[in-house]
Parts: sequence; structure tokens; C-alpha cells
Amino acid sequence: MTGPDEAGAAVDAAASARRQVEAVWRIESARIVATMTRMVGDFGLAEDFAQEALVDALAQWPRDGVPPNPGAWLTTVAKRRAIDRRRRLERLDDRHATIARSLAEQQRLDATDDDLPWDPDVVDDDVLRLVFTACHPILPRESQIALTLRVVAGLTTEEIARAFALPVSTVQQRIVRAKKTIAAAELPFEVPSRDDFGSRLGSVLTVVYLVFNEGYAASSGSSWLRTDLAAEAIRLARVVCALVPDEPDTHALLALLELQASRFAARVDHDGEPILLADQDRSRWDHGQVRRGRAALARADAIGRGRGAYALQAAIAECHAIAPSTDETDWAQIVALYEALASVAPSPFVDVNRAVAVAMASGAAAGLAVVDEIAAAGALRGHPLVPSVRGELLLRLGRRDEARAELIAAAALTHNEREKAVLLQKADRA
Amino acid sequence: MKFMLIMRTPVPVEYPADFDWTPVINAMGAYNESLMKAGVLLAGEGLMPAEEGFVVDFESTPPIVTDGPYAEAKELFNGFWIIQTSTREEAVEWAKRCPLDAGTFLEVRRVTETSDFDQDNEYIQKEHEWREQLGSDDPIQG
Repeated sequence: MTGPDEAGAAVDAAASARRQVEAVWRIESARIVATMTRMVGDFGLAEDFAQEALVDALAQWPRDGVPPNPGAWLTTVAKRRAIDRRRRLERLDDRHATIARSLAEQQRLDATDDDLPWDPDVVDDDVLRLVFTACHPILPRESQIALTLRVVAGLTTEEIARAFALPVSTVQQRIVRAKKTIAAAELPFEVPSRDDFGSRLGSVLTVVYLVFNEGYAASSGSSWLRTDLAAEAIRLARVVCALVPDEPDTHALLALLELQASRFAARVDHDGEPILLADQDRSRWDHGQVRRGRAALARADAIGRGRGAYALQAAIAECHAIAPSTDETDWAQIVALYEALASVAPSPFVDVNRAVAVAMASGAAAGLAVVDEIAAAGALRGHPLVPSVRGELLLRLGRRDEARAELIAAAALTHNEREKAVLLQKADRA
Repeated sequence: MKFMLIMRTPVPVEYPADFDWTPVINAMGAYNESLMKAGVLLAGEGLMPAEEGFVVDFESTPPIVTDGPYAEAKELFNGFWIIQTSTREEAVEWAKRCPLDAGTFLEVRRVTETSDFDQDNEYIQKEHEWREQLGSDDPIQG
């Protein structure tokens, strides 16, 4: 008879084995799906075979132990699934086209020996193709994100759903639909041509950046998961840097993410309330991460093709990261960086940030003049940002009545209750 | 979370003068590259032989400094890596892939996080400042 202790131990052992399989999957999924896609020539099918191999591993490894070379084991099983399917097709369908296609597939399958270690260069190329496929512009952004996390980062559908506070079925649907879209479009499994490379890489970097922001913004879900998602984005950025080392934007994005994440620990107080940059305990910033971010920015700069939007934002974050306090920050440099950023990526939000930096560098009156220009242009009408910054600057200039009116106006425009309370509190004290 | 992988040998391994290090260097290079390409490697260093090092023994006051090599040493540390993974199991998986031979061990330890300590302690507070000056990882990031 099995006692409760033994049953508990069995459950623990099964859970531990499951975590082991998931760990291997994290490490291997991209290479397996990439290798399988090259073999069978169809990304969706390759992903199915890889997932079937994962299901087999979840059933067998807890019972038989983790094989000595788990990556090769998974690939072999996935390959066997591909061969089974080809044989089934041959039996069911004797049309010439299918056989011709099957033969080509068979040659590719036969050409890869299970026992041989993977040729790292070939696998890297395949993984890069996989990254570009998952982030292909024919897919909607949310599908690019789901697919990248699933096939490149090796997250399970459940993990993705939890991280984005979505129902599992929604994430599942996005992935299924994305695979159908890719199959219907008959996308070639390749690295984009030189003409498209820049924009396609841009799409990849946007996906990584959005994953990070989802973690950074902490709009929903528990904070632990959010930090985890941001860490996953940083890992993805490092992976892309290793795959595309000669593009400045990849290093610049990594720099930006490391530098922003370095402030995680200081960003909220004990009750989870956000702390403004000026009030953060800078000794709590992760200085190892700052160092890694700065090194990545230096790598981007060393490529010598100028600074794009990521590099400029990273450089702004760097100015903050190396300053001992708000007063000792090189605000003039930050103003210059915001000006450069506004020219490569024009946005009224960038302009408002520039106005704040101008206020710090040259005084509140100078900053207010910039904000007034933005207000006159009308791009942010209805948004609380302009009145809240105006209110803050007017307050610094001692124009209390005007400040109070602006802060109340800003409070009326925001939908965020916490932000509204902070603005009204400030208005009260003005 | 972060883990330190510490390479150690219980007894010093003697290599002949004409030992061909190329395969060892290649295997280790490939391992390091795989860690880097997976985006998990934060740091790593190899250590020179114990001949160039020394041991400080705190048995007496003041402590006794003994130059290497040291006959009585039980363990020799040869190098380390710091990796960042999402789970302990992932760290185990990476550690198992390290190309080491019989007689060598990898000791793996989780790098401390701030939450592992009493935050009100004065020196824990100060440590944040020291890390700021040194540019080292703040353990709170785990």
C-alpha cells in the first residue's frame, strides 16, 4: 500500500522531473524548432513536432530519468514524428506532388545524423531564421510576441498567459493562428535580404522591447512574474546580440533594457507605490547591471554607425545611472540627447521629457517655455502629461494659483486613480 | 536568480609539460559561447595555479599567510562562472553541460539576494553604497 508520505514524495518527484524537462526546454526549444523547420520546411509543423517531443519527454523523463544529451533526445523524437507523418502521407496520398515533396523532406531528414553534435554555425543561422519568422511583419504584434516567447524563449503557453494576465486559450489561439498565417503565406525560412534586413530586425527588437515593457510597466499581474518577464526580455536581447553582433541597434536595445532594469529595486516602495527617479535611493540600483548596460552601449557606439532611438534612450538612462544625485546629473547632456531623439523618433512625449530636462538644466522658466510650445502645438491635448508638468514647473516658479489649476486639470484627465490622488494632493499643498 | 559555478579539484592534477591544451581550451570556449548565446552568462574567470596564490589562516591572531602551493589544502579552485537563469533546474542543466573531466567538481551556489538578509542591519544598508562604488551586482535583482 502507498502511504500518504510515499504519495507525497511521488508527487514531489514528478514535479521536480517536470521542472527539469522545462529547464531543458528553455535551453533547447529554439534550436530544436529551428532545426526541425529547416528539415521539414514548414515552421508550423516543425513546432508541432517539437511540442510532441516535449510531451513525450514530460511522460518519459520523470519515469526513466533525463537522458545524457537531452537536446539530441528531443530532436530525435521530433524527427521521428516528422518521418511518421511523411510515411502516413505516402500511404494516404499517392499524388506525385506529395511524393516529390516527401522525397525532398526525406533527404533533409536523412542528411542529419542524430548522434552528431550540431554544427553551431548552422544552428545559429537556423535560430536567427526562426527569430525573424516569429517576428514576421505579416503577423499581428501580439502574435509575434506570443510566438517569440514560445519558440525562441521556450516559455509554455501557460507561462505566457500568466505573464500577460490573459486566458490560456487566448494565447493558444494567437499561436495557432500565427502558424496558420505563416503556412498560408508560404514564408521562406530565411534571414531577410539586405534591403529588408533593417526593418525586419527592427520588428524583432520591437518585440523584445514590448516584452520588457510588459514586465517593466507592471500594468497587471503579480510583480514577481513581471520582473521575470523583463528578465526574459533581457535574455532575448542578449540572444539577438549574439546572433546579430554587427548591428548597433541590438546592443543599444540590450543597453537600454539593462540600464532601465537596474532601477527595478528602487522603483517602488514597501507598499508597491512607485517612487520618482529624483526620490529613488540610488544605492539600491543594480550597479552590475549598470556596468553591463554601459558596456553594451559602448559596443553599439564602437560599431560606428551613429546612434538610433534605442542608443539615445540608453544614453539618457546612462546619464541618470552614473549620476550620484538629481542635482549632479548632466542635464545639459540629457537635453542634447532628447533633441537628438526627437529628430530620429519625433514624439510629443519625447518633447515633454526634453522640457523637463531643460527645466533641470536651465531653470523652470526655460522648461515652461518648451512645455508651452508643446501645448500650443496641441499634440497632447486631453492628455494629463502637459498640465501635470506645467503645474510642477509653475509650482517651482512660485506661481501657486496657476499651478493649482493645472494640477487639478491634470487630475481630471487621468484615469489612473493613484496618479489622480497624487496630483490632487499636490494641488492641495500648492 | 543568479548562480555561481565554482570549478574545484580535491587533489592537484599534474599535467605533463607537453600536454596539449588545445582540445580543453576549445571545449571550454564552446561551452562559454553556448552560455553567452543563451543569454545567461554574467561573468566568469579562470584562476592561475595555486603557486601564484596564498592562503590566510585565521586560526591565530594575527592570521598566518602561507604562500602556495600548499600541501594541506583539501580543495583547489580553478575558476568560476556567474550565470542568471529563471529556475534552479536551468542552472543544474547548464552546470551538467560543463566540459570537465573525472576528478573535477562543479560546486554551484545561489548568489545571495538582499531579501535573504535583515534589511535594517546598518551594514546591509551600507553594502548597497559599496556596491554602487564598486559597480558590482546588487543582489536584490536575483
